[in-house]
Amino acid sequence: MQKPANSPARNTKVMNRADLTSRLVARLKNEEAVVGGIGNTNFDLWAAGHRPQNFYMLGSMGLAFPIALGVALAQPNRRVFALEGDGSLLMQLGCLSTIATLKPKNLTMIVMDNGIYQITGAQPTPAAATTDLMAVAIGCGLTNSTWAADEEDFERLIDRSLTSSEPMLIGVRIDDKPGTGATRRDPVQIRERFMLGLGVRESL
Amino acid sequence: MAAADGQMSSSGPGEKAWYEIVLQTLKRNEIRLVPYVPDRVLTRLIKELHADPFFTTFPTAREEEAVGIVSGAWMGGLRGAVLMQTSGFATLANVLASLALPYQIPLIMFVSERGTLGEFNYGQSLVCRTMRPVLDSLAMEHHTATRIDEFEFIVDRSIKQAITTQAPVALILSPLLTGGKVFDK
Repeated sequence: MQKPANSPARNTKVMNRADLTSRLVARLKNEEAVVGGIGNTNFDLWAAGHRPQNFYMLGSMGLAFPIALGVALAQPNRRVFALEGDGSLLMQLGCLSTIATLKPKNLTMIVMDNGIYQITGAQPTPAAATTDLMAVAIGCGLTNSTWAADEEDFERLIDRSLTSSEPMLIGVRIDDKPGTGATRRDPVQIRERFMLGLGVRESL
Repeated sequence: MAAADGQMSSSGPGEKAWYEIVLQTLKRNEIRLVPYVPDRVLTRLIKELHADPFFTTFPTAREEEAVGIVSGAWMGGLRGAVLMQTSGFATLANVLASLALPYQIPLIMFVSERGTLGEFNYGQSLVCRTMRPVLDSLAMEHHTATRIDEFEFIVDRSIKQAITTQAPVALILSPLLTGGKVFDK
């Protein structure tokens, strides 16, 4: 997605959601939990290869970070990742303040920012041309919020977050490509497999 | 009269107040995580929750945010409940229909009832009328607690049913139980 020249994230490379999601998943070696926000965000998480510790949302736009916060509070010794779109985050900006106040040391948030509601027809978000989401997050008190400059920088930030002692937010500018997979929409199975993957349930 | 000052729940000598019953029943059922969007009627309960290290309790910016948090926590093995008022419940239809119900998450909600029995704000009285139709249209379990002598039974049994059947429940705290919020103060 093209951003105006005065866009606050103008110095960062435009990357691809599916590629970045695959790079993230490839670096997870310790059964880290991953919560995928609605639409393309979790389609690409699904396409990166299902893991027992993945949770896929099928609605409730904007709740990827709150859901991941809940998992992080429940399992403080497990690193929890949340993948969210920029439009989704705009629905629930208040959660950034909640997370900044609670300071879970095991939560890493990633915002996939293309400035559009890709899945509904690529309409621009109200923030697209004006709002720097990392500046918003820093203003909310999430001081460890930063745009990834390119893929290498993204991987470096992910690695840093694995041992971080405070919540991290990573912003990535992405293109306007749709998701590459199609999550199987079976909410009970998604939830039950996730709980098995987190060791909360025992298989029958 | 006592009821007008929210004292109705502690009328009898030696009788537990409604908020003490909530606190003890949450504890007995191992419910530790209690995010909330506050209400004046809930003030004392919120204060007691903060004072008790058993609980992790904090405000959220929106009610659906709190629902997301306790849903994630449940999946991670930590039980929670959400506190809100009537107008907050009115913001939840989407998250109930797209997260709590289809994923079968035992979401436990305490809703302080505004909008009835002495409401002074017309908007609150209107939004209150949407609450039970929404709950009924989703076929959700809900109870309105009006009497202190029934309250522990309702809360304890409802929590246990929510967890064993993996279904949400709304416990509506009537002004008859809590005294409510009366007139412009």
